[in-house]
Amino acid sequence: MVALFPTCLGEALNRAAVRDSERLLEAAGVAAERPSGATCCGQPAWNSGFVSDARRVARRTLRALADAEAVVVPAGSCAAMMRLHWRHLFHGEREQELAERVAARTFELSQYLVDERGWLPPQPAIRAEVSYHDSCHMLRELRLHDQPRALLAAVADLRELPRADRCCGFGGTFSVRYPDVSTAMADDKLASAATIAVPTVASADPGCVMQIEGRASRTGAGLRIAHLATIVAEAL
Amino acid sequence: MSGFEARSRAALADPHKRANVPRFAEKAADNRARGFEGVDLEALRTAGEAARSRAIADLPALLDSLQEKLEAAGAVVHRAPTGADAARYVTEVVLRHGRMAVKSKSMASEEIGLNEHLEAAGVEVVETDLGEFIVQTAGEAPEHIIIPAIHKTTGQVRELFEPLAGRSIGNDPAELTQFARAHLRSRFLDAPVGITGVNFGVAETGTIVLVTNEGNGRMCSGLPRVHVAIMGMERVVADLAELGVLLPLLTRSGTGQKITSYVTMLNGPRRGDEADGPEEMHVVILDNGRSRVRETPYRSVLHCIRCGACQNVCPVYRQVGGTAYGWVYGGPIGAVLTPLLHGDQELGHASSLCAACDDVCPVRIPLHELLLGLRRDRAAESAGGLERLAFRLWSFAWSRPRLFRLTVRMAGLARGPLPLLRRFTRTRDLRVHR
Repeated sequence: MVALFPTCLGEALNRAAVRDSERLLEAAGVAAERPSGATCCGQPAWNSGFVSDARRVARRTLRALADAEAVVVPAGSCAAMMRLHWRHLFHGEREQELAERVAARTFELSQYLVDERGWLPPQPAIRAEVSYHDSCHMLRELRLHDQPRALLAAVADLRELPRADRCCGFGGTFSVRYPDVSTAMADDKLASAATIAVPTVASADPGCVMQIEGRASRTGAGLRIAHLATIVAEAL
Repeated sequence: MSGFEARSRAALADPHKRANVPRFAEKAADNRARGFEGVDLEALRTAGEAARSRAIADLPALLDSLQEKLEAAGAVVHRAPTGADAARYVTEVVLRHGRMAVKSKSMASEEIGLNEHLEAAGVEVVETDLGEFIVQTAGEAPEHIIIPAIHKTTGQVRELFEPLAGRSIGNDPAELTQFARAHLRSRFLDAPVGITGVNFGVAETGTIVLVTNEGNGRMCSGLPRVHVAIMGMERVVADLAELGVLLPLLTRSGTGQKITSYVTMLNGPRRGDEADGPEEMHVVILDNGRSRVRETPYRSVLHCIRCGACQNVCPVYRQVGGTAYGWVYGGPIGAVLTPLLHGDQELGHASSLCAACDDVCPVRIPLHELLLGLRRDRAAESAGGLERLAFRLWSFAWSRPRLFRLTVRMAGLARGPLPLLRRFTRTRDLRVHR
């Protein structure tokens, strides 16, 4: 069974992106299931220093994913949490071995499609312009740079966002702990998108989408921010 | 409102700071990237990390060796356990020789509040690094480890300098610099004591190494009768070979230069037959919490060579500058060092954990991991009391799939009744894609 793990932000704010991820997997010949019982990877508490609370939540998700041959995550940051930090989170726990096994089988969506399945979407008749914003943890922890760009470049004219690798200011709890700094960072991101005048910016992380889209909407930036899966699925 | 939140809001409200800090941080970051073009950076970082790990592992022996060599060459070495002790010692040295001192850039001296101590004792201290001179004239603290006046416009500098000059100077940076040069020259000649920092102390040879671009470090250490060098105890390196690894890592990471305009290497005061140099040289080796940090899981923060590269790439630093971090060091290194040396635990949270700092640190300090560690420490203490309760409730609910589904639906529908959500929606819309 290939599991599609929606993640907490996916469930709360972007179920459309989860459905779109499912469609991409289908197009790639993968019938993914959404395991009931998977809730959150534990990252909000982990990044705030509350390890046992992170473990309590992640344990539930880990068990729900235990039998999956692969776990696909449409969220770069959660994928990084599971692939890289779970082994520390469960170190010395009963689930240590299971956590390491699941971590090794966990893939961010574009990583799974491009690297594991060798899949790229078919070329559409009409190509729009799109740009891509890197999720910090996906880029600097998982080192996934080319995979999301390959998916986008197959269906659209991909234009590189200046300083695409710079944080959008979400940072999970950071966005509510220091809302003014966080918002100023989002404004920087919107300003860099404005310099290339693309209509759409894609991101592979629901957190980044929530942040940049939320700020674009509030300021009337006239820019569409969407999940990578949504942009690619629209072209299928 | 927490300390960092209040200070960062004030910084965000300063339009000059908001324009200049990102502009010059970006320039420095780009210079750094160009500085490493055609160089096997990862190999250099590996060598740099190894050199720093060895230095901190052997710290006591290396410091003994450095002290022994310096003393043999005629320098006086003082080990200062605390900042207050260091400031007292330096003040006593200065007062023995006069009431004035020239000073070249030193973050260690900022750390111990040296200028305030000296001024309280009636000593006039003149900062001679151009950026430090600007912030001193403005009555401010440095905003950046190596670019202290990063936040100032030339117009602001003009407004600071013209009253000193008693004439119009204009906005031309060259003219402003020329004024500072002429203004400071007589101070160099008059001051009985020169105070400098230390970029590296070489244990093998007893050499104090200063890196500057303006030559003021050389003048502070060479012109006055007395030279006092203040060195954070972790700045020691084993030998000249390791200095050869770390020096170019420092200059390329800081400014993109292969080497700075001046690299000053001092082996004690003037000897009998020498024509110049100070008659007296004091080296103050500052602990101020470092040996304590060395015994913790945060030891690797002592590997820092103060290049400022992490500040330049930090998206939080770029918004708020260095003083918003509340102590001497800003940016990621400040967010780690300040809780450890100064005790503001909140600062571990002053980061979006974007990890850009990890990628540029020339000695591969795992800043991201250290920040997480500080957050764990804080969570384990009472500082996070209310937060702990919130996370207890959260983990209770989200470890139960039904409650999880209920709460996420609520969050999606509610659009802002919860106080935390309101902190998001005050400046951003919550967009839901069903």
